[in-house]
Amino acid sequence: MFDKIIINMIVEGFWDSIYMTLVSTVFAYLIGLPLGIILVVTDKDGVKPMVWLNRGLGVIINILRSVPFLILLITIIPFTRWVTGTSIGTTATIVPLVVAAAPFIARVVESSLKEVDKGVIEAAQSMGTSTFQLIYKVLLPESLPSLVVGAALAVTTILSYSALAGFTGGGGLGDIAIRYGYNRYQTDIMLVTVALLVVIVQVLQEAGMKLAKVCDKRRR
Amino acid sequence: MSTIIRLEHLKKDYAVGKDAITALNDINLEIEAGEVFGIIGASGAGKSTLVRCLNFLEKPTEGHVYFEDRDLAKLNTKELNVARQSISMIFQQFNLLMQRSVLRNVMFPMEIARVPKEERKKRAMELLELVGLSDKAKVYPAQLSGGQKQRVAIARALANNPKVLLCDEATSALDPTTTREVLELLKNINQKLGITIVIITHEMMVIESICNRVAIIADSRIAEIGPVKEIFARPSTEAGRKLVYPDGDRNIHFGSRRCIRIVFDGRSSFEPVIANMILDCKVPVNIIYANTKNINGTATGEMVLQLSDDEKDYEKVFAYLKARNLTVEEVRNYV
Ligand SMILES: Nc1ncnc2c1ncn2[C@@H]1O[C@H](COP(=O)(O)OP(=O)(O)OP(=O)(O)O)[C@@H](O)[C@H]1O
Ligand SMILES: [Mg+2]
Repeated sequence: MFDKIIINMIVEGFWDSIYMTLVSTVFAYLIGLPLGIILVVTDKDGVKPMVWLNRGLGVIINILRSVPFLILLITIIPFTRWVTGTSIGTTATIVPLVVAAAPFIARVVESSLKEVDKGVIEAAQSMGTSTFQLIYKVLLPESLPSLVVGAALAVTTILSYSALAGFTGGGGLGDIAIRYGYNRYQTDIMLVTVALLVVIVQVLQEAGMKLAKVCDKRRR
Repeated sequence: MSTIIRLEHLKKDYAVGKDAITALNDINLEIEAGEVFGIIGASGAGKSTLVRCLNFLEKPTEGHVYFEDRDLAKLNTKELNVARQSISMIFQQFNLLMQRSVLRNVMFPMEIARVPKEERKKRAMELLELVGLSDKAKVYPAQLSGGQKQRVAIARALANNPKVLLCDEATSALDPTTTREVLELLKNINQKLGITIVIITHEMMVIESICNRVAIIADSRIAEIGPVKEIFARPSTEAGRKLVYPDGDRNIHFGSRRCIRIVFDGRSSFEPVIANMILDCKVPVNIIYANTKNINGTATGEMVLQLSDDEKDYEKVFAYLKARNLTVEEVRNYV
């Protein structure tokens, strides 16, 4: 059906997509996780209320989240070039992906951490835990299953963003789908790439849910 | 005995919108080292607020909390955290870490206190032994019953050798049998380890079975405070009476004849006082109301007798009971 070149291209696109998605997820979590923690801790009902910091951060996150990814992708090209030295290709795509996903992840993390029972937090405080101990010994471990579910959500969202990066020559399956399917009307190639994307999302989502279940000790 | 916790003019306001509601008002209290101190009151009286002020989970609006003569308000965060290791707390909802095994729950406070790892584990196992749950060390809290969870919480609370154990409605989520078992455990802990226990509850039974002293709190204030026997035998305030005789059916009408109320404070209730009185004084009486309770092994309670209108009879009965060291009072409008 396809010649070798096309198959190689699709395989390469597959790995490019995986690479972009995973690396972006890691970097986005490096930024988003601490931000999510800060959002929860400095909340007015949090363990260390800091209203102004909380509000300021909230506003910045909301602004970043409301910018459509395609616009963000284009507007931060100078920044991308400054960071990676180029504005096209998979590595260059990681920058806008991280910028777009980090605030999203901050919110996902925030909502997971807020699920931790107030009573449990209070019990830990009554034992003399510092704020730092409370974060890494109570908040994070207690919300682990929820954090994992959130991570599955984040990684699949990043994958779909990465497909959009095809519009600026970002590489990966999305790029192929756009170049062949959208620009050249080669529907078969497009279908294959989209099918691959579906499979990746499915696998990541399933893996996330399984993992969340394994680390959830609240079951009887 | 020395005072371990002292409250001076404690006041706590909560801001609700633009208003402030007063949850605690002018609370003065001394808790002695080694005692089991009960705090009882109706829902919303301010009990939880009070106990949360004792470890500064809640900062008082006014007044002072002294723990071993140190003003908690003067401690910095670090010092407060260290002090909190000496003032443990258990809760109605147990508040165990759901993602940690039972053993690691008990180890948690020791991690906070930076106890070396091997020691943590050893002590945690000992504590689980103490609360009778050695076989559940590897299990997660979700797999335990309520009573077992509270036992784990107690083991956890004891981990850092606290001097005080605060219990906020610790048995309120448990059935009567389990409640009794948990109270028995707390009593043991108090007696064997000498840990001061402060118990918040709205159940008389809890106070009766393990407390030495009790404070009745009503409308944000301490209404009455004293040894359990005295308070329960002679509640002197409306709030106290409501608690001690919740079903003290005062709605029966007794007509124009006079009644007396006899209070048993544990010294003579086992004797057949009333029967002897009737034989001695040769007066007819009508028992209107009787409620005696077993408090710490001795019976206490009150009884209301209806007497004839004969003044002589009345005086005879009064003198007879007085001579037996019973508290007797005339009840005129017993409605
Ligand atoms: N965080 C809060 N914000 C505002 N009001 C509060 C807060 N906590 C308690 N209150 C109020 O303070 C009063 C005392 O509450 P508290 O929880 O101490 O009562 P309680 O005696 O423990 O009652 P219960 O037996 O129902 O637990 C109540 O009127 C309650 O509504
Ligand atoms: Mg309460």
